[in-house]
Amino acid sequence: MRREGSALRGLGVVTLKEISDHMTSARMRVLEWLVVLVALAAVYAAITQVRDVTAEDPFLFLRLFTTARDPLPSFTAFLGFLVPLMAIGLGFDAVNGEHSRRTLSRILSQPIYRDALLFGKFLAGLATLSVSLIVLWLLTIGLGLIMLGVPPGAEEMGRAFIFLLVTIAYAGVWLALAMLASIVFRSAATAALVTLGFWLFITLIWPALSPAIVTAFVPSNDEATLVIAAQSLARLSPSVLYAEAVTAILHPATRTLGPVYISQLQGAVMGSPLPLWSSVMVAWPQIVGLIAASILLFVGGYVAFQRQEVRA
Amino acid sequence: MDALAMPRAGSAPSAAPAQKVIAVNGLTKRYDTTVAVDGISFDVGAGEIFGLLGPNGAGKTTTILMLLGLSDISAGTARVFGHDPMREPLQVKRLIGYLPDTVGFYDNISAADNLHYTARLIGIAKAERGKKIAAALDRVGLKDVADKKVGAFSRGMRQRLGLAEIVMKEARIAILDEPTNGLDPQASLELLDLIRSFKANGMTVLLSSHLLDRVQSICDRVALFNAGKIALMGTVGELGAQVLGGGFAVEVEADGGDNLPKRLAALPGVRQVTEPAPGRFRMVCDRDLRAEAAAEVVAGKGRLKQLSLDRPSLETIYTRYFQSHDNPREVPHAA
Repeated sequence: MRREGSALRGLGVVTLKEISDHMTSARMRVLEWLVVLVALAAVYAAITQVRDVTAEDPFLFLRLFTTARDPLPSFTAFLGFLVPLMAIGLGFDAVNGEHSRRTLSRILSQPIYRDALLFGKFLAGLATLSVSLIVLWLLTIGLGLIMLGVPPGAEEMGRAFIFLLVTIAYAGVWLALAMLASIVFRSAATAALVTLGFWLFITLIWPALSPAIVTAFVPSNDEATLVIAAQSLARLSPSVLYAEAVTAILHPATRTLGPVYISQLQGAVMGSPLPLWSSVMVAWPQIVGLIAASILLFVGGYVAFQRQEVRA
Repeated sequence: MDALAMPRAGSAPSAAPAQKVIAVNGLTKRYDTTVAVDGISFDVGAGEIFGLLGPNGAGKTTTILMLLGLSDISAGTARVFGHDPMREPLQVKRLIGYLPDTVGFYDNISAADNLHYTARLIGIAKAERGKKIAAALDRVGLKDVADKKVGAFSRGMRQRLGLAEIVMKEARIAILDEPTNGLDPQASLELLDLIRSFKANGMTVLLSSHLLDRVQSICDRVALFNAGKIALMGTVGELGAQVLGGGFAVEVEADGGDNLPKRLAALPGVRQVTEPAPGRFRMVCDRDLRAEAAAEVVAGKGRLKQLSLDRPSLETIYTRYFQSHDNPREVPHAA
């Protein structure tokens, strides 16, 4: 049945309102400080490490993001862990919060469709996360400029920028997941707990669990088959996809993210960097996977929301 | 659609039927196992205050949500100014102002900012927003707290802010779900006055409630819901006649006199006379027979002490109806 009018009427209004809510909320401030402090610590550690061991590295600047120094993990590892936390923090009460404040039916009785409300909330969350990540990214680069004293090259900036985009896509997956939970569960606390539990499972346990599952269930003695199967299984986790994509983008020498046969390496100059777009092509399946995951999760939430009863 | 705007002056005779602003026909809402609303039909005329009454879970809120296009209609039709809420929900929602049961606002922003958000959703032009919001807040008596955060508002203030939203929207129909629920008597009287003033402005009001005496005071017509169906519909007087079996009950208190019950029963138009207490007589009549009864008591040498006319109260009608239909008040499919 066709309905009159645009499904997106009021989208801008909702988005702006939600962004302003996020930006002024105490929750957001706490999350931002957490991320900024932790990430800057990682960058600082990386800089001192890079300065100690610096050699003739053409991509010195990218080492800012990827170098770990005990006991701190690298900047990218931190983001892989903390970006989901931020996204969940922004999304876990998106819809059930409107229910419990009893504002949902009042807002939906205005001349807008539900689509606008849900899209607006997602876009606002994504915009807020993007702003925070861009700020963090600029801070990191600024810190690198000051402390390393070496300006980054154009290709380094290009890679760093693509890294930023991939991080935003990764944040989108977790935001869509948190919003799905906020639609399915009426209580915000339940939604938060379920999403956080899922996050811990998928980032910490799943990558370790998938080889075990494969050895238990794949009846093959061929080691390559087992490795490939375990890797495919692990890639169901967005954290794994993110880590792989980041590796390909920030380590220009990365030629593949899976296992390779020796025969495939014939003629390859090991350790020589790939051009930027070839690196992007290496990471492309992972990037598409992240975007697809957020779309799938969002669509799931969208369908659930459309079918939901409005009344509290 | 232009003719709709005209509020009817006074109570026009039924010879010129008021324009139907809401027309509901066979409206049905089925869930997996239950039927929440079961083939109800009613019309609401322009400028009317129409009450949906009934126990919790009788289908009042579901009916309202279907009218707003917020809940899918399983069968039947609903029209709001001729628009189908399923197909043209935006049109319908432009015309209706809705005050949900226990309305909520964003607690962390001010009353005026809450209305600003709604105004932008409605699409009120930027230049007019401030003026309309100030006027609406003034109308409901919240001008002084316009810049206070809603978090500090009492229940009654929130309800009034909800009405301010409807005023600001310049809705043609106000749908109010349990507007006086949980309010103290003073606050609910103020709220009812506001609702009455809506009618004076030519707005049509549809309100649902289980607080009967409140509703009785302001409704032109009511529909009595029971288990998803409309059991009774009409003015309070009509319902009284239908359920209580007689329009007027005259109570006479008198001393002495000879054979007063017989004399009273003999009056034309009296159907029944009972004596609930010695010296107190209750007459069920076709019309207001107070004057005749007084004359008869005096003629019978009785000393008249008190004379009163019982208007049928909605409370009585309601209780009597549910008693006589041996329906338990609890309905299985609660909201």
